[in-house]
Amino acid sequence: MSWTRKILRVNLTEGTCTPEPLNMQWANDYLGQRGLATKYLVEETDPKVHPLSPENKLIMATGPLTGTMVSTGGRYSVITKGPLTGAIACSNSGGFLGNEFKNAGWDMIIFEGRSPTPVYLYIENDLAELRPAEHLWGKSAWEADDILHADHQDPNLRVAVIGRTSENGCLFGCVINDRHRAAGRSGVGTVMASKHLKAVAVRGTLGVAAPHSSDEFFKAVADGKEVLAENPVTGQGLPTYGTQVLMNVINGVGGLPARNMRDVGFEGAENISGEAMHEPRASDGKPNLVTNAACFGCTIACGRISTIDKTHFSIRDKADKPQYQGASGGLEYEAAWSLGADTGVDDLDALTYVNFVCNEDGFDPISFGCTVAAAMELFEAGKITLEDTGGIDLRFGNAEALVAVTEALVTGEGFGAVIGMGSKRLCEKYGDADLSMSVKGLEFPAYDPRGIQGIGLNYATSNRGACHVRGYTIASEILGIPVKTEQTDTDGKPELVKAFQDATALVDSAGICLFTTFAWGMENIAPQIDAACEGDWSVERCLEVGERIWNLERMYNNAAGFTADDDKLPKRLLKEAIKSGPTKGQVNRLGEMLPKYYEIRGWTESGEPTPETVSRLGL
Amino acid sequence: MQRSLYLDPAKCTGCLQCEMACSYEKLGEFNPSRSLIKVFTFHEEGRFAPYTCTQCDDAWCLRACPVDAITINLSTAAKVVNEAKCVGCKVCTIACPFGTVNYVHETGKVGKCDLCDGDPACARACPTEAITFIDANATGYERMRAFAEKSISAANATAS
Repeated sequence: MSWTRKILRVNLTEGTCTPEPLNMQWANDYLGQRGLATKYLVEETDPKVHPLSPENKLIMATGPLTGTMVSTGGRYSVITKGPLTGAIACSNSGGFLGNEFKNAGWDMIIFEGRSPTPVYLYIENDLAELRPAEHLWGKSAWEADDILHADHQDPNLRVAVIGRTSENGCLFGCVINDRHRAAGRSGVGTVMASKHLKAVAVRGTLGVAAPHSSDEFFKAVADGKEVLAENPVTGQGLPTYGTQVLMNVINGVGGLPARNMRDVGFEGAENISGEAMHEPRASDGKPNLVTNAACFGCTIACGRISTIDKTHFSIRDKADKPQYQGASGGLEYEAAWSLGADTGVDDLDALTYVNFVCNEDGFDPISFGCTVAAAMELFEAGKITLEDTGGIDLRFGNAEALVAVTEALVTGEGFGAVIGMGSKRLCEKYGDADLSMSVKGLEFPAYDPRGIQGIGLNYATSNRGACHVRGYTIASEILGIPVKTEQTDTDGKPELVKAFQDATALVDSAGICLFTTFAWGMENIAPQIDAACEGDWSVERCLEVGERIWNLERMYNNAAGFTADDDKLPKRLLKEAIKSGPTKGQVNRLGEMLPKYYEIRGWTESGEPTPETVSRLGL
Repeated sequence: MQRSLYLDPAKCTGCLQCEMACSYEKLGEFNPSRSLIKVFTFHEEGRFAPYTCTQCDDAWCLRACPVDAITINLSTAAKVVNEAKCVGCKVCTIACPFGTVNYVHETGKVGKCDLCDGDPACARACPTEAITFIDANATGYERMRAFAEKSISAANATAS
């Protein structure tokens, strides 16, 4: 088990699919998935390459635990240079696709070049070939998924696919798999579209080989599952409320930004919370939430399966569109925040509808919601006019406007094309670059760096731009996992951020879900890797691999042209104090944390790993 | 005590741990495509349903087999395929009304659930008790218990 030791190289320009042995030296140094694919990208591409040029590569990679009975062992990632940021992009997805890659016998697929015409990759175990996809181009991700299942007459086919937004050049397109799971951030779907690759359809029946020491493996796996089941977050909170368990919690501690982060604290938070998703609605007495759902191998099952109220304005006139009438992937916390609190909209059904469309046409709800929020602020300031928006009254809190702008994005026409550029380009276009709530061009997730200091340092230094899942210090600063740190303190935060970033890089390279780390420490994870993989995988080695990956990504970004000047936060978060609530008066004190962070990272003052660091980590 | 697999779709999250466990038990590898228990997803209803052989007392598959390759395990009452005898004729797959015995092209034989000799791996692996292995005479007791509980609250309401 662990690695299949086989990768597939797909040259889209030439139309060839070629198997290659996995570089096991690199696997030993970078484990799999995020780390290992980054190593391939670094070795094979020029960091200065244009993200949407044929010279950029896109890698889909599993980890050594993908396809095993380790809880949550079904993950895969998409690694490339991102078009929204120009930085390393690495987006992680659950669902069932990762296992299918592994069962078909592949650790990783490297896509290079650009096909002259739209194609999709079909994989059935050893068979891998590019097939024409003209009939899929121009279809939504869901339509293309349906067509592929029908064409192949195989209900067990697993599909990764891009939607129309990626085809239309929206810079935050996702790769959707299993209809409502996504390699969501940084525009990895847009890169896929630039290669004229519409989909990857996989069927794997070879099996993932048994571990070499099966008693040790099953003991470690059983211990891991028990820890998840007994932990209040992974055993109760996440299955019951999903990540939406956080909406009221984060709002309560003064950490929930609202209205393009102009405010902290959202008066409508309860209406769009995980608890609200359980409340029966007036029209049919049914709640928004139908059930929780698991990704492959996951014993947590945090996924939300929801329906939209059939009487709601967003779908009232769409009886001819069955995809909105039944159940599908519902709101996660980040999406509920970006589409809701950040736009000032507290209409749960409107947000659920927009979330469906994000999945249906493959775009990142975080970047989308935040870009709409920035546009709303510019609209209220008079810098964006009704003429610009095509008549959409883009005021904060206007649910109809949110729905209209969502549908405009899907068509890629008019103001939809402007939104598709992301907040950084949009704010530059309309003359107020400081209103883009982003780092390195990637929009913020749902935690305010003024009310929660450490997450601000993580956002500023995250290798893919403002991202919570590079170093989720919220676990410590709010939830007390593994130890509580004071949210408004900066002391100790550089060390905290580094520890979370390094551990996360390892988790993202193993084939398991980051959410396990609400309950699992490295002392729970390392034994499972150790029992599954050849070689000795101690806690120390795992952490060193994590740190090595972090530095490799950093060096890629530096070579791509990023500098210490890009490790910053928007002015608003450094200057405009929180106006009310439990964190009133706070700004982010990045300057108190960043030098220390560079120092403990072993970086120079200009943010480059020192020769000693490079040598220590074997880079 | 004879035991039956009891499958409760309402508790299933669709994680497929059961399919991995089944394939590991039978093949020593993680291969959901070869699992003898299958979880079906009903996307638009937001439901998941595990399904496998019901171990019919008067088993169509067993009666249909022309070479007597399907026999009864006397300790578990499972209907078991004897691979050495099976000729892969697939008549049992036609006879089974539930579709739970299927041809396996990798082996040229048919495959069906055999209750793992009385300790089903799927039930052990299920994290939510959607699959349990319980007294064959008591598979309705959970539902009876739920109704019994209602009768208590009704009685309490009457008393007060």
